[in-house]
Amino acid sequence: MRYTALMSVKVKVESVSKLFNDERGEGLKRLAQGQSKERIFRETGVTVGINEVSFDVNEGEIFVIMGLSGSGKSTLVRTLNGLIPPTSGKILIDGTDVASCDKKTLRNVRREKISMVFQHFALFPHKTVAENVAFGLKVKGVDKDRRRDEAMKALEKVGLDAHADTLPGSLSGGMQQRVGLARGLANDPQILLMDEPFGALDPLIRREMQDELLVLQKELKKTIVFITHDLNEALLLGDRIAIMKDGAFVQVGTAQDIVSEPADDYVRAFVADIDRSRVYTASDIALDAHRVPLTGTVADARKAMEAADTEILHVVKDGVPAGLLTLADIKDIKPQERVMNVMHAHPPTVPQDAYLNEIYSEAQAGMPLAVTDDDGKLVGVVEPGSIFTHLANEEEATEDAAETSTSEDTQETKAKTQAAEPA
Amino acid sequence: MISPSDFITIPFDDAVNSFVHGFLVPYFRPFFRALQVPVNELLMAINQLFTVVPMLVTTAVFALLSWRLAGRTMAIVTFLGFCFIDMIGLWPETMTTLSMIITSVLFCAIIGIPVGILVARSDIGWKIVRPILDIMQTVPSFVYLVPIVMLFGVGRAPGIIATIIFALPPIVRMTNLGIRNVRGDLIEACESFGATSWQILWEVQFPLALRTVMAGLNQTLMLALSMVVIAALIGAEGLGGIVNTGLGRLDVGLATAGGVGIVILAIVLDRITQGLAEGRNGNLSLRRALMTFFRGQSPDRSSDPDTLSGREKAA
Ligand SMILES: Nc1ncnc2c1ncn2[C@@H]1O[C@H](COP(=O)(O)OP(=O)(O)O)[C@@H](O)[C@H]1O
Ligand SMILES: [Mg+2]
Repeated sequence: MRYTALMSVKVKVESVSKLFNDERGEGLKRLAQGQSKERIFRETGVTVGINEVSFDVNEGEIFVIMGLSGSGKSTLVRTLNGLIPPTSGKILIDGTDVASCDKKTLRNVRREKISMVFQHFALFPHKTVAENVAFGLKVKGVDKDRRRDEAMKALEKVGLDAHADTLPGSLSGGMQQRVGLARGLANDPQILLMDEPFGALDPLIRREMQDELLVLQKELKKTIVFITHDLNEALLLGDRIAIMKDGAFVQVGTAQDIVSEPADDYVRAFVADIDRSRVYTASDIALDAHRVPLTGTVADARKAMEAADTEILHVVKDGVPAGLLTLADIKDIKPQERVMNVMHAHPPTVPQDAYLNEIYSEAQAGMPLAVTDDDGKLVGVVEPGSIFTHLANEEEATEDAAETSTSEDTQETKAKTQAAEPA
Repeated sequence: MISPSDFITIPFDDAVNSFVHGFLVPYFRPFFRALQVPVNELLMAINQLFTVVPMLVTTAVFALLSWRLAGRTMAIVTFLGFCFIDMIGLWPETMTTLSMIITSVLFCAIIGIPVGILVARSDIGWKIVRPILDIMQTVPSFVYLVPIVMLFGVGRAPGIIATIIFALPPIVRMTNLGIRNVRGDLIEACESFGATSWQILWEVQFPLALRTVMAGLNQTLMLALSMVVIAALIGAEGLGGIVNTGLGRLDVGLATAGGVGIVILAIVLDRITQGLAEGRNGNLSLRRALMTFFRGQSPDRSSDPDTLSGREKAA
């Protein structure tokens, strides 16, 4: 079956369920009645791996699925390339339903469209790094010389071309996973499945690999389904994030959606100890900027300060921040003096989409930061102090963010959780 | 005291007799005769080889193999051991035994490895084959010596067939074990790249199981050696024949000489095949060579630095 209309949706999952050991279909019946995973297991011995999950992954997007161990992430990602056939539901990869297609079609989808990176690398210990990377091409029947060339290209991308002829066993964990990534990329698939690829690495290496993946993705623009149990990793990498519990999706949304409006206590518990500096951007915490034109006078500046009830102004030229002016600077200056003669030139400036952890260093001077849009125009201002209060005081931060977006849903969710608590 | 036999007696031995005499022998004897043709052919070829090649050359080859696979000490032991066999006048018998052992082990490998691979991939197959292997290993070899003689006659080939039955189980078991023990995520990785089950077998499962298969081959070889004396009872000659003659004549010296020959052969063959299994001293190249042999292609040298530099020069 082909749906050519769905051009930008690469992976479409429609109410997929997977039950283990459910030969008699008893579990599926009970699941339809809404019984819990735990009860079904206790009474029938059937394990619910995935429970009625639906989602789309768009072309070029990193879609992160995150949840505790045993929540069904690995099972779900393995249904996407048919390693585990679902009990029910449809999985359309570029319009081909891998849940119901024949073996040959499935093999072709795996060879041409989709590849996978594994948690414990799953490199072949008896093959060299280059042979490992070339495996997908060999399986497809690509000739030896081209295989080698493509493998070397993929290894260059991950910076390991120098190790092409060693055995993977002699490499460190981080390097092994780079080989795993290169092997996934060598086939030039459109879709990359990554099952906790950095889960077995040391924290420092993990950070490095995450950043590297982001850099690579900027260039490659693959459609990536990324599995993790670490919310920080999810927030950092995910264009969209799905939170999974007991085989079902609890919430799907952007990093900001999830941090500012956790759907339930399960998500809230995750959000409690995340690194907010990698979630919020400068524009999320920016206040309105107050400005005076570069050609203005001190009198204009005084007037603007009084009107906005502030002690700080940005001096702008064609909307671009050119200087900074505080009340103290103009206290003893005569009103007709030009502001360009008394302002601090080169005010600290940050782009609006910079994450908070990227603007720490700018904020250290203690001066307010000018937040600019893509054209360099002033759109807001960040008080250095507010960065740290925002990161430290999560309750307040969450509420702030919730206020700025919508208030109604949040209150609804809150009411729901409160109602759920006594039960 | 009362016992069941007071009421019912079963003429089990008569039943077996009439089955073998009345059914197997008259109808299937030609079939069994035909079975031993390939065994005979291979045996003759190998035996011919060892007869034509001078003793010192054979010794040198085995010493070299020992050196490559089991170290220098073993090479010296091999050399001295073979010279000793020659000096006590048992070289021709030793070569007969050696060619019989090699023939039976080759047949065990040809039958056992594919069977092991098949049962590793099918749980039902393993459930069927496993009890058969258990029976083959528990039934004393003397028991099937009689029917073998009736069906195949006497001589070297029947001796080898008895040896094959006795020595086959370990290689089937170990091949099965080796393939089943390949890490599950490696198989998943193969599948995720769209490999067919043949590709998975030849690219990953078999190469990774090879070490275990070789350990099975070593056990099979040792069992085959332990059958030498028994097989000689049905006319297989060789060192086993010497031991039997010694026993019959109560000639302690002759029996001991035959026994020592068997022991020396056992030590040398054991160490060489153990070296294969453990992969000491240049295991990789040898394993690759073996792989190549099994796949019947030229070795994949795409990763070889030599060809690489060669290609760079050409470019
Ligand atoms: N082959 C299987 N047979 C039975 N149960 C399984 C199998 N694979 C996974 N499960 C069960 O399915 C659930 C989800 O497992 P998994 O997808 O591995 O979770 P995660 O990757 O999120 O840790 C778990 O309860 C697990 O025990
Ligand atoms: Mg998992």
